[in-house]
Amino acid sequence: MPMNEKQQFSLTALFDTPDEIIHAAHETSSAGYTRYDVHTPYPVHGMDKAMGLRQSRLGIFVLVFGLLGAVSSVLFMSWVTLVDYPLVIGGKPFWSWPAFVPVAFEITVLLAAVLLVVTMIVLYFKFPNISHPLHDTPYMKRISSDKFGISIQADDPKFNEREVRAFLKKIGGKEIGPVYFDLEDLDHGQTMFDPKFLGVLALTAILVAGATYSVFNQILFLEPFSWMSTQAKQKAQRPSELFKDGIGMRPPVEGTVARGFLPYPFKGKPDEAGKNLVNPLFATKEVIERGKARYLTYCSPCHGNFARGDSRLRGQFPNPPTLHSDKVRNWPDGSIYHVITEGQNVMPSYASQISRDDRWATVLYLRVLQRAHNAKESDLK
Amino acid sequence: MSIPVSAEGWRKELPASVTRLGWILLIAGVAIAALGYIVDARRMAFDNIIGYLFLASVAAGSVFLVALEYIGGAVWSVPTRRVNEFLGALVLLLPLIALPIFFHLHDVYHWTHEEVVSADKLLAGKSPYLNVNFFVLRFVVIFAVWSLFHFLFTRNSTKQDTTKDQKLTTINIRLAAVFMPVFAISLTLTAVDWAMSLEPHWSSTIFGVYYFSGTVLAALSAATYIIIKLHEYGYLPKLQRDSFYSLGALMFAFINFWAYIAFSQFLLIWYADLPEETVWFMSRWRNGWEYVSILLIVVHFAIPYFALLTQDSKMDLKRLKLMAIWILFAHLLDLYWLVMPTYSESVSFSWTEFGFPILLVGLVMVVLSFKMKRNNLVPVGDPKLARGLSFRL
Ligand code: HEC
Repeated sequence: MPMNEKQQFSLTALFDTPDEIIHAAHETSSAGYTRYDVHTPYPVHGMDKAMGLRQSRLGIFVLVFGLLGAVSSVLFMSWVTLVDYPLVIGGKPFWSWPAFVPVAFEITVLLAAVLLVVTMIVLYFKFPNISHPLHDTPYMKRISSDKFGISIQADDPKFNEREVRAFLKKIGGKEIGPVYFDLEDLDHGQTMFDPKFLGVLALTAILVAGATYSVFNQILFLEPFSWMSTQAKQKAQRPSELFKDGIGMRPPVEGTVARGFLPYPFKGKPDEAGKNLVNPLFATKEVIERGKARYLTYCSPCHGNFARGDSRLRGQFPNPPTLHSDKVRNWPDGSIYHVITEGQNVMPSYASQISRDDRWATVLYLRVLQRAHNAKESDLK
Repeated sequence: MSIPVSAEGWRKELPASVTRLGWILLIAGVAIAALGYIVDARRMAFDNIIGYLFLASVAAGSVFLVALEYIGGAVWSVPTRRVNEFLGALVLLLPLIALPIFFHLHDVYHWTHEEVVSADKLLAGKSPYLNVNFFVLRFVVIFAVWSLFHFLFTRNSTKQDTTKDQKLTTINIRLAAVFMPVFAISLTLTAVDWAMSLEPHWSSTIFGVYYFSGTVLAALSAATYIIIKLHEYGYLPKLQRDSFYSLGALMFAFINFWAYIAFSQFLLIWYADLPEETVWFMSRWRNGWEYVSILLIVVHFAIPYFALLTQDSKMDLKRLKLMAIWILFAHLLDLYWLVMPTYSESVSFSWTEFGFPILLVGLVMVVLSFKMKRNNLVPVGDPKLARGLSFRL
C-alpha cells in the first residue's frame, strides 16, 4: 500500500533504563503534551506521578461491582433458602446468614474482579476494537523485550513533527521514529467476529478444557482420601465382595424367621382366614389415625377416600368395588385382612408395603368408614 | 538519592520530656497494677495476662516485621526499620510482665489444680502438655528464642551502620528464613498457653493464627504511630507519601486478615454445632458479653475497614495515626474479649484494667528513648536504604 494513504499516529522514542523513562515522562508532561503514552516491559514504580496522571477512577467501579455481588448473592441465597427450596440443614434456621458469608465474599470478589477487567477493556481499550496502531510495530517489539518507550501522538494539540523530534532528542530518546497506521486496519468489529478467529477460540477452549480435565482427573489424579469412596459395602448392580457367591441380598437362613415377618398360614384360604384371624388391635385414637394414614395412602386411590368405590380410577381400571356392601360389612376383620395381605383377583397384595399391625389398623379404619356410612339412629345420641 | 550522614550519624535523642512522661506512666502503671494485686489478686492476674499478651504482640510482632522485611526483600520499609527493631527489644522485658502471673497460676488456670485434673478425664489426657513445669519451660524457651533472634537481627543491622557490609543483609535474610517457622510455632504456643488454656476443655486449631493476626496488627500499628510521630517532628529523613501508603496498606490487609480468621473460627464452630466447641462462643454471647462481641466486630473490623478503604486514606498521615492508636485499642479489646469471660460470667469492667495499658505505654516510651540514645534511627549502612528513601508506588 502506498505510503501516502497512511496517517501518522505518533512519534516514538526508546530509552534504556527505568530512571530515564521516569525522567522522560516527567519532562513530557511538564512540556504540556497531553496525548502521549509510556510503554515499559514491566510496571515501573512512580510512573503515575511522573506522567502527572490523576488517580484511576476504576476504584469506583470496583466498589459498585463488589456491592452488586454482595447484595445479589445474599438476595439469591435468601430466596433459595426461604422461598424456593427451604431445607432444614443441621437443625439450623432456614435463613442462616453465617453460611452465606463465604459465598457472598467470593461472589463479591469475583464480580468486582471480572467486571473490572471487562469495564477496563470496554472503556479504555474500546472493545470490540482489538487493534491499535502501535501493535506489531518495531517499537513495540523493542518494548516487549528490554526497552522503555514514549509515544507522543499526532493528535496532540501541540504536535509538530519537527519540534517533537527535537524534544525527544533533548530528553535523551533514542531511535526516534514515526508510527503510521491505516484506517482500514483499525476497522472495528470485523476481526473480532471473523470465523477463523472464533474457530480458533473455540478450538483453544476445547483443547484447554480437555487437557485440564485429563491432566487433573486422569493423569495426575490423586485421591485426596479414600475412606469414604472405597468402603466394604454392597453397591447396586455390582457383585458383592463380602460373600463368595457374589450375591449381596442374602436369603434367610433356613429354618429361621425374621422378626415381624411371621409366615402367613392362610395362603389361598380366605375362609379360614376369616374364621381364625382375630384383630390384635383396639380401636384407640392412635390406631385409627395410623389406619387412616395407611388407607389414604394405599387404598383410597382405587376405593376412594370414603371407600365408596368412587375414586378417579373409575373407568380406567376394573372398577374397584364399594366397601360398604353388605358382604364386606358382614365380613369378619380377618377376611378384609386377608384381602389386603393376599390381594383378590385384580387387586394386588399390599403385604410388602403395609406392615402386619398397620394392616389391622387399616381394617379398623375401614370399620369406622363403614359405620359412618351406615350410621344407626343410636349413633347420633 | 543519598541521605546526609552527619558526624553523629542518625542518632537523635528524644527530648527529655518524652522520657520523663514515659517513666511517669510506667510508674503509675506499676502502682495501679500493684494496688490491683493487693485489692483483687485474681482479677489482676487476668488483667496481667491481657497485658502480657499485648506486650508479646507488639514485641514479638516487631521482630516478625523485621524478619518479614528481610525475607520479602522489602525496600520501602528500610528507612523505618529501626523503629521495628527498637520495639522488638521489648521481648527482653516479657519475663518482668509475666512474673506476677506465675505466682497466681492457681487463680487463673483451672488445669493447675491437680485434684481437678486427676478427676477429669479430658484434663488428665491433656496434662502431659498442660502442667506447670512444662508451661514454665515453654515460656523460658520461647523467651530465649525470641530474644536470640531479636539480638541477632539487630546486632547485624547495627553493625552494618559502620561496616556497610552487604553480607550482613544476606545473613539476616537467612536468619529470617529460620525465624519464620520458629515464630509460627512459638506464637501459636504463646496463644495456646496463655489464652486458650484459660478454658482448658475447649480447643480451636485456628486459635494461634487468630492471635497472630492481632499480633501483626498491634506491632504494625505501634510502629506506624511512632514512625508518623517521628516523621512529624523531623526525626526521620523525608519520606514520601508512598512509604506511608505501604504502612497503611499492610494495616488494611491485616484488618481484613483478622476478620477473615475470626470469622473462619466462628463459622466452623457454628456450623458443626458441637457442644464442646460452641461453649466458648456461648459464654461470649450472654450476660452482656454479646455487646462486647458486637463491639469487637465494629471496632476491630468495620470502622478501621472503612477508614482505610480508599487509596488516599492510606496516605493521610492524620488518619493513619488515628487508626494506629485505634487498632492498638482494638487489639486490647480483642484480648479482653478472649481472656475476661473466663474471669466472670457476666461482663464486668474495673479500674484494674487500666494498670497494664498505662504501664506498657510508659514502657514503650522509655525503651524507645533508651534505644534512640544508643542507636542510629536510620540503618545508614543498609544497601537498600537509598532505594527505600526514593520508593514510589
Ligand atoms: C389397584 C387398585 C386397588 C387398591 C389400591 C386397593 N384395592 Fe381393594 N380392590 C380392588 C379391586 C379391583 C377389587 C375387586 C377385586 C375383585 O374383582 O374381586 C378390590 C376388592 C377389595 C375388597 C373385597 C371387596 C369385595 O366386595 O370382594 C376389599 C375388602 C378391599 N379391596 C380392600 C382394600 C383395602 C383395605 C385396600 C388398601 C390396603 C385396597 N383394597 C386397595 C382394587 C384395589
